Amino acid sequence: MAEIANPSVSIQNLSLNYGAVSVLQTLNLDIAEGEFIVLLGPSGCGKSTLLNCIAGLLDISKGRIFIKGKNVTWEEPKDRGIGMVFQSYALYPQMTVEKNLSFGLRVAGLPKEEIAKRIARAAEILQIEPLLQRKPSALSGGQRQRVAIGRALVRDVDVFLFDEPLSNLDAKLRSELRVEIKLLHRRLENTMIYVTHDQIEAMTLADRIAVMKGGVIQQLDAPQTIYNRPVNRFVAGFLGSPAMNFIEGQLEAGDAGAFTADGVSIPLDRYEFDKDRGSAGKPCVFGIRPEHVAFGDAAKAMPFTAESAVEIVEPMGSDTLVWTKLGGRNFSFRVEAEKTLRTGDPIRIGFDPARASLFDTPSGNRL
Amino acid sequence: MSDQAVSLSVPSGAAHADALGPSGPKPRHIFSRRNIFLYGTLIVAALYYLLPLYVMIVTSLKGMPEIRLGNIFSPPLEITFEPWVKAWSTACTGLNCDGLSRGFWNSVRITVPSVILSIAIASVNGYALANWRFKGADTFFIILIVGAFIPYQVMIYPIVIILREIGLYGSLSGLVIVHSIFGMPILTLLFRNYFTSMPEELFRAARVDGAGFWGIYLRIMLPMSLPIFVVAVILQVTGIWNDFLFGVVYTRPDTYPMTVQLNNIVNSVQGVKEYNVNMAATILTGLVPLVIYFISGRLFVRGIAAGAVKG
Amino acid sequence: MSKSERPSRLFRNLNAKVASIPMILTALVVFVGGTAWTVLYSFTNSKLLPRLNFVGLDQYYRLWATPRWLISIENLLIYGVISLVFSLVIGFILAALLDQKIRFEDTFRTIFLYPFALSFIVTGLVWQWLLNPDFGIQGVIRRLGWTSFDFDPLYNSSIVIYGISIAALWQGTGLIMCLMLAGLRGIDEDIWKAARVDGIPMWKTYLFIIIPMMRPVFITTLVIIASGIVKVYDLVVAQTSGGPGIASEVPAKYVYDYMFFAQNLGQGFAASTMMLLSVMIVIVPWAYLEFGGRKRV
Ligand SMILES: Nc1ncnc2c1ncn2[C@@H]1O[C@H](COP(=O)(O)OP(=O)(O)OP(=O)(O)O)[C@@H](O)[C@H]1O
Ligand SMILES: [Mg+2]
Repeated sequence: MAEIANPSVSIQNLSLNYGAVSVLQTLNLDIAEGEFIVLLGPSGCGKSTLLNCIAGLLDISKGRIFIKGKNVTWEEPKDRGIGMVFQSYALYPQMTVEKNLSFGLRVAGLPKEEIAKRIARAAEILQIEPLLQRKPSALSGGQRQRVAIGRALVRDVDVFLFDEPLSNLDAKLRSELRVEIKLLHRRLENTMIYVTHDQIEAMTLADRIAVMKGGVIQQLDAPQTIYNRPVNRFVAGFLGSPAMNFIEGQLEAGDAGAFTADGVSIPLDRYEFDKDRGSAGKPCVFGIRPEHVAFGDAAKAMPFTAESAVEIVEPMGSDTLVWTKLGGRNFSFRVEAEKTLRTGDPIRIGFDPARASLFDTPSGNRL
Repeated sequence: MSDQAVSLSVPSGAAHADALGPSGPKPRHIFSRRNIFLYGTLIVAALYYLLPLYVMIVTSLKGMPEIRLGNIFSPPLEITFEPWVKAWSTACTGLNCDGLSRGFWNSVRITVPSVILSIAIASVNGYALANWRFKGADTFFIILIVGAFIPYQVMIYPIVIILREIGLYGSLSGLVIVHSIFGMPILTLLFRNYFTSMPEELFRAARVDGAGFWGIYLRIMLPMSLPIFVVAVILQVTGIWNDFLFGVVYTRPDTYPMTVQLNNIVNSVQGVKEYNVNMAATILTGLVPLVIYFISGRLFVRGIAAGAVKG
Repeated sequence: MSKSERPSRLFRNLNAKVASIPMILTALVVFVGGTAWTVLYSFTNSKLLPRLNFVGLDQYYRLWATPRWLISIENLLIYGVISLVFSLVIGFILAALLDQKIRFEDTFRTIFLYPFALSFIVTGLVWQWLLNPDFGIQGVIRRLGWTSFDFDPLYNSSIVIYGISIAALWQGTGLIMCLMLAGLRGIDEDIWKAARVDGIPMWKTYLFIIIPMMRPVFITTLVIIASGIVKVYDLVVAQTSGGPGIASEVPAKYVYDYMFFAQNLGQGFAASTMMLLSVMIVIVPWAYLEFGGRKRV
């Protein structure tokens, strides 16, 4: 991965164990100034743990953390120049919104005018001016989350940490606030580290996504790269809904190579192998996303085509997911919602192997 | 704590790779000021709580001459179990001189049926309140809960009259009834809350299968509520064993429970004070609830917390 | 449940009603009936046996003119304030200390709570022994050389109630600690994290954030302590039997003695009605706050 010249946050060889349980293992991560990084992964993979380590809320077992070039490994959270927003908002329930925003500043001994100025600015940015005198219990979920963001905002810090800030909200509010966070980032140009297990949030917000599994970053890349060129089968399967189709088979040596499974042979001359292509007979998994599959007349133009029959039709509103069989496996593809297909209809499908992904079976790594 | 923004404005050119500095966990000293304060306070507090138990035990193992000369905190020079034997079998309470053993067995005869009866009644009450609400049930329940706060002194005399009318005044059965009555509010609440928290589908399914009030109670609710029964038993055994007021009001000298008899032994004005015997008797009386406490551990905490918070 | 219309309302849920008879009897006959009966007879001049011979407020006038009752009330107030303040403060501090992710938490909790398993009689007798002026703490310290050391609360009528309070705190603070600990554990971890990120020192976090959040726990604890205070009886009987003289009398003991020894039932009833009244003063506002605003229970 490319070196970042002046990382805003730099994590070096970070490990964290709870007793004998190792949650994070020698993790390295450099985050550029003003970058929006999303930590994405299944539940329990250590996203919150990593975020808490950066914040200084957890004592790390090994490694160093730099923020703005300063080694903050042993610093208290308040001295790290971070602001944090929690999933449960963590507002102080007995204080008004204004008190919530100002409490930390008053404790830090900031002058009154400065506090007032910062609160006014945060309230203006987040449009919570009318709520300043209310208590958190008198706010809606979305308003509470805004206040929680405001509490990080008034600290006037370089790095914002978000731990699943939207997951307590309903779907509509979530997409609204998602846009607001994006706008906020554009306006403030701060570094933001954002934990989520919602891939839409990750795809839409991130400059780069770090996909994590079992305390290890699997892939750190721009959203499109992660989506189109996943480095391993886990990342490929974790991102994308509906999920990528996987067909297990093996490599065949030919003039340009091919993938075979249960009577299908997919030519791989257009596929870009990462490194070595591997020897013939190597067991591997072929993956293609449902939206990269063409059908009907469009399929004819594709380098690979196959005949099959419709098994199940799942209308999803904007489009329709159709299930069929390929290489002995269930195989899904997307068609426009207007297309009417029925179970049993014979169909022709096709795709371009250049858009596919090929993974080594034992290791799961991209070939 | 000055402004963070200032303290962090490190020259952005600083190459992090060379700026090594701290790494790994922040060093923590076992003897940091925080730990000394924390554990110091806890240990001092623990000593205060343990001291009486310690003094009780050492006193009960000393002979009287040693007590008169020595210091209550010093361990016994010569361990003797004489006081324990005497406390159990020959200490005098006014009329009879057969020691605490009589009170012990009285307490057993009071506690066992009281615990069973009170829990049986309260669990059925709680079940009826949770799953078979009938009109007015809540009113009675609220009266019951409010009643838990009424000082017993207000109700003891009317109960004397009621027991006298049904001929149970002064008998162990009378006391069993009294314990069941006064245990009812907290236990009913405990069971009601527990049964309410059980999935309603379970109850509905059983009703669809044609099970009735008692059928559901015996075959579904009872087997599923073992934990709450254990909590209730702990709560009741401790409470009833430790009771003094009801024992002294509703029983006669030959049926006095252990607490009443203990008080009579220790606070009797006749004769020479035998502190070692007194302490042995005190430990003996406290032994049953203490054993329950140490065995049940967290369940005990749950029991009293449930009883106390809600009651 | 079972909302379908059936012929007779009375027989609907019959089994549940039958099963609830003990509860209904207890509620109506003992709690409501018994209380009403006692209040009613407190206006009579019943002596050895209850008689419906009304004398108006005579018993109450006499009660409030009896030094023993006045001392009892004064003792109850002192004991009450001490119990409330110290058990809340000590209980909370111990709970906060135990909440610091310490080692041996279970051991410490077990130690702080075990006295609660013991009866007031046992508690009173142990502390009677510890506070024995000749052999107890005072005796030990005098024998160490400090001969003028004075600490004999149980034999000094001006401070005897404090001696009783020490024993009561020993017995009861463990429970308060447990309730407080449960309250502390119920607070969202994220609040602590947010406060740390905000740079709020721990004591300020407790004072301005955590304690205000624990208001409900404090209120319930307060009610529990308060209702225990009024009932104090066994402890005094065991520790001092009300002595020296009548210096450590308490209302509950007054009631018992007048009912069963002095054979002056009317006085006993009047005194117990006063106890009821004082409990009501605590409970009614609490119940109003707790359940009045919302829908019941
Ligand atoms: N105090 C602890 N002791 C032991 N293990 C812990 C502790 N806290 C967390 N863990 C473990 O660390 C792992 C990572 O937890 P973490 O909270 O970081 O997950 P996460 O990725 O944030 O998941 P989620 O999406 O559910 O929030 C989990 O497997 C969890 O079981
Ligand atoms: Mg998490």
